[in-house]
Order: sequence, then structure tokens, then C-alpha cells
Amino acid sequence: MKRLTKPLLQFAPLLLFIGVLLFFGCQSPRFLEVRNLINIIVQASSTGIVAIGMTFVLLTAGVDLSVGAIMFVAAAVAGKLAVSGRSMFLILPVMVSVGLCVGAFNAFFITRLRVVAFIVTLATLFIGRGLGLRITETRAMNLPDSFLMIGSFRWLSVPLPAWILAGLLLIAHLILTRTPFGRQIFAVGADAEMARKAGVRTKTILAGVYLVSGVCAAIAAMVSLGQLGAVSPKFGEQKEFAAIAAAVLGGTSLFGGRGNVFPGTLLGALLIQSIENGLVVMNANPYIYPMATSAVIFTAVVMESLRNRVRRSSAAVL
Amino acid sequence: MSTPLVQFSGITKSYFGVEVLKNISFTLPAGSMTGLVGENGAGKSTLMNILGGNVAVDSGSILLNGKTFVPSTPQESAEHGIAFIHQELNLFPNLTIAENLFLTRFPRATGSPFIDRQTIHRRTSELLAEIGLDVSPQRLVETLSAGERQLVEIAKALSMDARLIIFDEPTTSLSIRETDRLFALISRLRERKLTMIYISHALTDVLRLCDRIVVLRDGEIAGSGRADEFTTERLVTLMVGRTMNQLFPTRSGKPTNQTLLEVSGLTQPDVLRNISFTLKRGEVLGLSGLMGAGRTELARILFGLDPCASGTVALEGKSLNRLSPRQLIQRGFAFLTENRRSEGLCMDASVADNLALTTLTEHGRTTVRWLSNESGRKAMQRIRGVVRLDPKASDNQAVRTLSGGNQQKVVLGKWLLIRPRVFILDEPTRGIDVGAKYEIYRLIYELADQGAGIFVISSEMEELMGLCDRILVMKAGELVDELPREEFDRERILRGALGGTVFQERSS
Repeated sequence: MKRLTKPLLQFAPLLLFIGVLLFFGCQSPRFLEVRNLINIIVQASSTGIVAIGMTFVLLTAGVDLSVGAIMFVAAAVAGKLAVSGRSMFLILPVMVSVGLCVGAFNAFFITRLRVVAFIVTLATLFIGRGLGLRITETRAMNLPDSFLMIGSFRWLSVPLPAWILAGLLLIAHLILTRTPFGRQIFAVGADAEMARKAGVRTKTILAGVYLVSGVCAAIAAMVSLGQLGAVSPKFGEQKEFAAIAAAVLGGTSLFGGRGNVFPGTLLGALLIQSIENGLVVMNANPYIYPMATSAVIFTAVVMESLRNRVRRSSAAVL
Repeated sequence: MSTPLVQFSGITKSYFGVEVLKNISFTLPAGSMTGLVGENGAGKSTLMNILGGNVAVDSGSILLNGKTFVPSTPQESAEHGIAFIHQELNLFPNLTIAENLFLTRFPRATGSPFIDRQTIHRRTSELLAEIGLDVSPQRLVETLSAGERQLVEIAKALSMDARLIIFDEPTTSLSIRETDRLFALISRLRERKLTMIYISHALTDVLRLCDRIVVLRDGEIAGSGRADEFTTERLVTLMVGRTMNQLFPTRSGKPTNQTLLEVSGLTQPDVLRNISFTLKRGEVLGLSGLMGAGRTELARILFGLDPCASGTVALEGKSLNRLSPRQLIQRGFAFLTENRRSEGLCMDASVADNLALTTLTEHGRTTVRWLSNESGRKAMQRIRGVVRLDPKASDNQAVRTLSGGNQQKVVLGKWLLIRPRVFILDEPTRGIDVGAKYEIYRLIYELADQGAGIFVISSEMEELMGLCDRILVMKAGELVDELPREEFDRERILRGALGGTVFQERSS
């Protein structure tokens, strides 16, 4: 039984994903068409990008609730600049800087003042949303067509957002598995105190993951802007929960030290998006969407706690 | 003769006004292996914590290679080539062996941001070959057995060019085969002239492995010299030989013959094996044993905190199996845990709130259980007097600000409020000054005289011998001996607790 449970949980994201594809594939043949599948990837890209940054944070046993707000602030600043006629080449770096600044703000309170990440980033969430509303004066703002290029430009008939997602996944995967920074993230997540005693500069590592998360959120904002073409007061709202759900569905532990962006977080993001997409293709009642999504998040959390239990019991056998 | 690697001179350290190390002086010759033995609480850990940079000395000095050495952090100590092989290992289970070894100094190919995996795997393979562990450097540490992890720790020490390796009870979680493998490795390390300290309760191992032995007792050196001058019997005598100087209150009552609690056949794989005993009304029953013998685990199972595979517990003939701590408290169980800071008290809550915890519902009024401050306060004032809590400590003061003794009195008071019938106390006087100890012993006797059964776990032998009516001895999850008051014998208890390691040679 235990021999079966362990790999089953390990491959649960993949199995769930395949299950969802088959289910919606049976419901509607259009769902499995290549065009729709690419569509799912493109729609999942902004959540996926935020979730990459979130995975870094979760690996250290922290959490970043401010990512949706970072997206909003970055987009609001971009909208303001675009409306006043600035070029994309100025706006995009400014957006990244916004992500870095908010990330640095989080990092400062978490590492220097030792405030719990949950509280700090919850505060940043409200500050960020307030700031964004102030900048946009709570009005929706349309962006020039140049921005829509980010969403619609195609290379090898695949839209740019999917390429951005793929590129960031590759970079994040290499950082996490091949660099000292990445491996030390895992050490800090396993036991921060032990890592500190072993000589790991835990504060640098912690600060680093919140910066990564901030930058990822800013890039996700660019992609979202490219797809929507406008900033609304709801821009990026509740993205943090979709991102956490994607990472956890992909096998990243909320207690730190375990997880990966590829394939884990990618699968998680695709899974959430395919459910939404599938419901659309099925013409399901739109009121069902949030329920379906929350059912998925619930599944993710249950799986996470099951994984922990299995791990603990197998550790006890040693 | 060459300068010794380490020279301790006049090391003194006290906690809460209690001296745990008194003027300790000895040397570790370079290339020697020194065994360090002593009872629980004799000061071994404190001494090693000083060397490891976790604890600062009050006075005295350490010379390392002839130079004054005052480590203030564990890292500093590690940088000076001092490595610890602990019971609880310092490896990251979610990383590979190679990553654990090179975590803070990953080599990188020039100009590349990436770890040079080939190099760390090659060097890890070499180190693993050196310690005789035949596994891939890419294995995750969590997939290794306890013995293998320990070998990896040693490889880590070697990779950091350790000059002094301290083994702290390295064999307690190892199988016999793994132990033999460890000893073979230690012999090879000796040939390489590494200096080592070996701390263990397994005295035959110490005698077999070490060239020199230092015996600590009550923070003082009770004996030291070349290993061949010692026998296990002599070591045991040196470890325990001490006159009773603890003051205990006089006991007015006597245990009755009425069985209060009956425990039979408690078994939980890897924790307890077939534990059976009875606790009489009015009896103070002691439980002795080494750390890791399963004493606290037994207490936790009795109190319903941990599961138990088989066996029964009955209170006055009524089965208590599978009851939750809450239900047990309703039946008169109380459990003073060994760690009052993390398990016994809400440190930032007030004295009053802590005292009220167990009896909140009793002070309810009407059906909605509105808390009545009036009746609660009365009970609280009464109990403050009973435990003789420092009158200067106000009800609203945070428990954190009290002394250890007063904190423990708050825990006791909290439990006394439920009028316990079975009171389990795990290390009730740890870190408490002598005066407060006396008060706690007095309360234990008062409670026993009122007909409660008291179950005391302690690592301090003279506490058990001075306090209890009967002592059970536990070793590796089993009860191995039982002594009524007339037969109390320090050596017999220690022999039981050390068990096969003293008088039965390991088959090798």
C-alpha cells in the first residue's frame, strides 16, 4: 500500500493533468485540438510566471502574498507612462524595477526586522493595491497597440507569452538545480537554523527569493498587459492564490525545501488553466468556475499534507 | 613532547547559579583519542558546547595548538578544524551527499554561474571511498540509513580538514553491523593521527577505542588517565561515587497497597517493549534510565499524546486505552513535561492565564460557560499559596519574566488545580535552584499523602533515590529493573540503565 502511495503522490500532478485532459477531451473534441492546447499554455503563462517566483519563496518555507499587487502597481506605472507617450524600451525596465523595489521592501522587513513573511507580504499586498488605485485613479486605462504585440507576436507560430514562460522556466530551473544560490535555497528551506550554522548566508538567500518573486510578478504583468491591452482596478487580483496553488499542485511543499519549477510548477499552472479552459469549451455555467478552481486548490493542499504524512512515516522507519 | 592539540585549564561555568563545570583542566595530546564519560548532567555536553562555540565559559581558558581559543560561534569553531558528530545529524535530507559536503563552498568553472558538478562528485567519491561508504555522491541524504548518514558526517568533517573530531554518543541509533563499520573507520582515522574525543555511555566501547579516559562527575574530573588503567567497574564507581548532599523534606505518609494505575504490556515498535508496572495510591514511583531509553516516550503514551500499538492502561480497574489527553485530564491525569518553556507554559501569557488553563471550564457560570473571574481568582489565590509562588510575581506578569523555579511552580499550580490523581512529572527540577527543588519535593509528597500516585522521571539519580518509594529502571524501551526503597543502590541502577554495555561484552 505504502509502496504504491508514494510514487502515486509523487506523480500526482502529472496524473491529475492527464486525467483533466482526458475528461475534457471526452466532453468536447475541440478541447484537445493543438490550437486549444497552445491557447491553454498562453493563457497559463502569466500565472505560470508568477508561480515560478512563488516557488522560489515557498522553497524557503516563506510565502509572498504581494505578487498580485506587484503586478497591479507595475501595470499601473506602465499605463501611466504609456499614456504620456513613453516608449516600450523605457517602460519595460521600469516595470522590472517596480518588481525589484517591492521585492526589496519585503526582503528588508523579513530579513532585517524579522517580521513573518506572511504578515509583511500581506501588508505589501494592501499597500500595493492602494498605490495602484491611486496611480490609475481607479479608472481602467487602455494601453497603446504596441503593448498588444507582446501578447500577439508569434514565433514559429507560437505566441510570445509562451516563449517568455519557457525561457523563464529554463532559467529558473537551472538556477534552482545548478547554482550555489539554488542549492542553498533548498538548504535554508529544510532547516534555516541548521543552514545558518553550516555557514550559509541565510539572509542573502531569503532576500534573493523575494527579489526573484518581485521580478517574476513584474514580467507576468507585462505578459498580462500584452494579452488584455488594459489596466483595470482588478488587474492581478488574487494572482497570489493561483500562483501558490500552481506551485503546490506541482509538488512544492509549503514547509520549504521540496519542489521544482520544472516540471512541477509548470504542470500546476497548466492544470489550473486547463480546467478553466475546459469549462469554457464545455459551455459550463460561469458560476461554476470559482468553485472548480477552489476544488483544485483544495486538492492541492490535501495532496501536500498527504505527501508530508508519507514522508514522515517513511522517515520514522529509518 | 609536542604541544597538545587542546588544553583546557580551569574551565568553570554555571547556569542559574548552579555550577555545572568546576575548574576543569585536562589536555588532549595531538593524535590521541580521549574517552569522556559521566552520568547524565555531569557536564560533558556543556564542556563540548564550550569547545563548539555554543556556550561561553565563565572563567578558564582553552588553548588550541598553544594559542588561546575563544570560539563565539559554531562556525568559528568549525573554521578552526573542530568537527562534531552528533546524535542528531546536521545534514540536509533534501540535498545529495555531494551537495551537503560542499554546500558553502561549491566550486564553479571559471566564468560560469553553475556548480562544477563533475568536480564535487569526483571529490565526494574520493571522500566516500576513504570512509568506506559505497554509495553514489548523487544519492539524496534522506535515502540513507542512520549509520550511513553518520559516515557522511565524518566525510564532511574530513573534507573540512578537521583536526579534532568529537563523537557524541555515535552508536545509540546504529545497528551492530553499522557500529562495527564505524569503529573500523575510527581505527583508520587514528592511524592518520587525527585527534578525537569519544563520548559514550557504552563503557566497553570507550575502553576498547580510546587511549585516554576522563571521567566527569558533578562538573568535576573524578578521574583521568590512560585507558588501560581503567575497567568498567572502576569507571562506574568513579561516575557515581558521591555522598548524598541533597536536602529532601521528610515524608510523613506512606504508599498504600491499593493499585491506582495498572500498566501492562505497553508496546510500540522502536519505542517501548512490553512495559508493565503498577502505581499505588500515595506512592512516589521513580523512573530512571539514560537519555533515549524511552522514558519521556512512555510518559507521553501514558498521557495519550502518542500512539501505542498494544498493551493496556487501567485506572482503578477501568481501561483508559485510546483516551485523549483531554479525557485523561478529566479523569485526573496531569503531566508536567520536561521542557516547561516550550511545552509546559505559554511564556508570554500572564501567571493568572497560565494557572487557569486546565480549569477554565470549571469556572464557567450558567449554561453558556461565561467565565467567572470571581471563582477563578479565588482558586488562583489559593493555589499561589499552596505552591508558594513568589509573592512579588503579580498575577498579570508574563511568565517569561519569572525565574525557572517560579515558572515550574506555575506549571505545578496549574496541574494541582485539577486535583490530580495520577501525576506524571518529567524532569521536574531541571534547571532549578536547590531551594525551589525542595519546595517541589514537598508538593510532591503532599500530593502523594492525599492519595495521588506520582510518577517521576529524572536523570538525577540522587533525586530519585531521595524522593521515591520505588524506582523502575529503563533501558532501550524496556523495564530492566525495579528497586524498592530498601534496596536503592546507585551502582545497581546505573548498571541496569547501561545494561549489556557494561557487563556483557559486545559480540565482536
